[in-house]
Amino acid sequence: MGIQLYLYLSAILFMIGVVGVIARRNAIIVFMSIELMLNSVNLTLVAFSAFLGDVTGQMLVFFVMTVAAAEAAIGLAIIISLFRNKQTVNLDEINILKW
Amino acid sequence: MFSFAPTIVLFPLLGFLFLGLFGARLRNEKLIGILGSGTVGLSFLVAVALFIHMLGLEPDQRKGIVELFSWIGTFTGTASSVNVSVAYQVDQLSILMTLVVTGVGFLIHVYSIGYMHGDPGFWRFFTYLNLFIFAMLNLVLADNFLLMFLGWEGVGLCSYLLIGFWYDRKFDVGGYAPGKAWTNDAAKKAFIVNRIGDFGFLLAMFLIVVQFESLSFDAVFGRASVMTPGSDVMIWITLLLFLGATGKSAQIPLFVWLPDAMAGPTPVSALIHAATMVTAGVYMVARCSILFALAPATLQVVAVIGALTAIMAATIGLVQNDIKKVLAYSTVSQLGYMFLAMGVAAFTAGIFHVVTHAFFKALLFLGSGAVIHGMHDEQDIQKMGGLKKYLPVTYKTFLIGAIAIAGIPPFAGFFSKDEILWKAFSSDQGSVLLWAIAAAGAGMTAFYMFRLVILTFEGKERFDHHHAHPHEAPKTMTVPLIVLAFLSVVGGFIGVPESLMGGNALEHWLEPIFAPAMTALRATPHHGGITEYLLMALSVGIAVAGIYGAHTVYMKRQELADAWRSKYRRIYQVLWNKYYVDEAYDALFVRSTVKASETVLWKGLDVSVIDRLVNASAQGVAWLSSKVRLIQSGFAQRYATIFVGGIVLVLFWLMFK
Repeated sequence: MGIQLYLYLSAILFMIGVVGVIARRNAIIVFMSIELMLNSVNLTLVAFSAFLGDVTGQMLVFFVMTVAAAEAAIGLAIIISLFRNKQTVNLDEINILKW
Repeated sequence: MFSFAPTIVLFPLLGFLFLGLFGARLRNEKLIGILGSGTVGLSFLVAVALFIHMLGLEPDQRKGIVELFSWIGTFTGTASSVNVSVAYQVDQLSILMTLVVTGVGFLIHVYSIGYMHGDPGFWRFFTYLNLFIFAMLNLVLADNFLLMFLGWEGVGLCSYLLIGFWYDRKFDVGGYAPGKAWTNDAAKKAFIVNRIGDFGFLLAMFLIVVQFESLSFDAVFGRASVMTPGSDVMIWITLLLFLGATGKSAQIPLFVWLPDAMAGPTPVSALIHAATMVTAGVYMVARCSILFALAPATLQVVAVIGALTAIMAATIGLVQNDIKKVLAYSTVSQLGYMFLAMGVAAFTAGIFHVVTHAFFKALLFLGSGAVIHGMHDEQDIQKMGGLKKYLPVTYKTFLIGAIAIAGIPPFAGFFSKDEILWKAFSSDQGSVLLWAIAAAGAGMTAFYMFRLVILTFEGKERFDHHHAHPHEAPKTMTVPLIVLAFLSVVGGFIGVPESLMGGNALEHWLEPIFAPAMTALRATPHHGGITEYLLMALSVGIAVAGIYGAHTVYMKRQELADAWRSKYRRIYQVLWNKYYVDEAYDALFVRSTVKASETVLWKGLDVSVIDRLVNASAQGVAWLSSKVRLIQSGFAQRYATIFVGGIVLVLFWLMFK
């Protein structure tokens, strides 16, 4: 089994994430889509790592997972305080930072 | 021994820095005065030591160049590399000028302690004076044109600062529109008129760099001495240099600033506008004698301008009533004689006159300062008279100065002026006409000087006894007067011509400096024999006639003065109004410049073109940004979309380029 299948899967997951970020209006869904993109990248890294016999890629994955965990904490905190202020997490209604 | 030369320049610089930084806090006139004059005195002592050392050397070894540091060094090897160092050159000419500058300068510093007593700007005055001496020494000791130019500009700056020293006072303009102007206006006038001359100097330096690829005197003069005379570039260089000299040394057409410069304190007039700075132009021409020798046409111009200035200023001096104005025009006139000497290639005679003139004109100015001091700031000689009773020392020394400038032997002025007159007659560049003009000017010099002496010191007392209580000046002022009077008597003996059994020590001393120029001119010494004695007797006769005339008109038959004034009203008016030169310049240059600035530059260019351009560009940017900023909508997802779109484009570009 070649590496292509892993890469196809990763690309599909990534595109789902991108579309989720762009198209969905709920902040939590957008946030989850970002996590999806991160994990699709992780998948690519692991695939290459196994294919090339080099552990560097897997090491990087651990980094990404750590950072993603920290980012999830901060992101959720932002969403909670957003909700407290505006009683909504609909991104279409949050646009005061403009010209 | 020559390595001590930079200390001459260093002392006044230290004095300037110290007084400038801490002078305001000293609050002790005595200390400031001692510091200010002491630095110049030290420089004088070093110069004397150096001079004595040089006397013991062979003539061809009396020259030393001390290089302190490289000032402008370009990358070596490039085609047009001009390296300029801060280097001082001590030779026969520069040591002579240094002795005059520091010696006379020291006396005037001492005098200033008395003259400026009680002035709130006492420390400032000495700071400026020390800065002036520093700049002047840079000018005379420089070994290249650029360092000389630094000194040249430095003395101009100090002149500006000191003319406007009493910035809260007004002075009498005199002439056609009698009125008062701020001393600051006189300072600005001096600065701006000098700037025209400096422009010439600067252009000459550019030409020298192009022509000789160097700015150091040795290199330029060495390369020049093998050139053929009369080349166009040489004429341009020397003409432009001479333009610089006319500005600094107050010659036609740029002499108008000097009479107004009398608005400054009198020691300034003595030091800067009589003894030292105004002779910088003469010194510069003498220093570049080889360049001028290679441009005979320029020499003619120099001689004619010098002679015309001498006679023109002398005629104006005949009728002026301000004691300092008379001396100012006298200075312009004497500077004319110096340039006449330069123009007829009598470089030694010109420098000789610089030296003697420094003695007697400094003496006369300081004497006039003592009179003004004693009369409580009165300067109009028509309101003086009979002062010899009250100011005996000033009177005697002033009289000595007047005799010296009139040219009565054996006083200093006789030898130097007669030398110039003789050379104007006998030299290859001279002519009978030049001699006649100069001789007529000499007669007028004797006349107006004794008019000044008589109206000030002799005759009836015309001042108001209730307001003026004339008194003799303090010791710090009279002692410099006495020393300068002594020098005015004996100063001429350094250059007694051979025809009068003198050794003409000065000529032999300066011979190596001017030898290249003399070779280039193929000058042969003229020994006129009987003609020389005849002309000498004639010039003494003219001087005596001038003195006798002044004595007759202003002592014995005073009605003559009024009678002539009404009889020759037209001429009197022209002279009183200084040939309307100021008015002509005002109409030609000043007003047209102001008018053009107002209509064309200000309202035409600045308001309607530049301002509009600036406003239009600002409005354009504002309009554009009002449209473009709408991109920033506040929707984070739109930004993300654009971001993704960008990535896609980059990917496409990477894949299909």
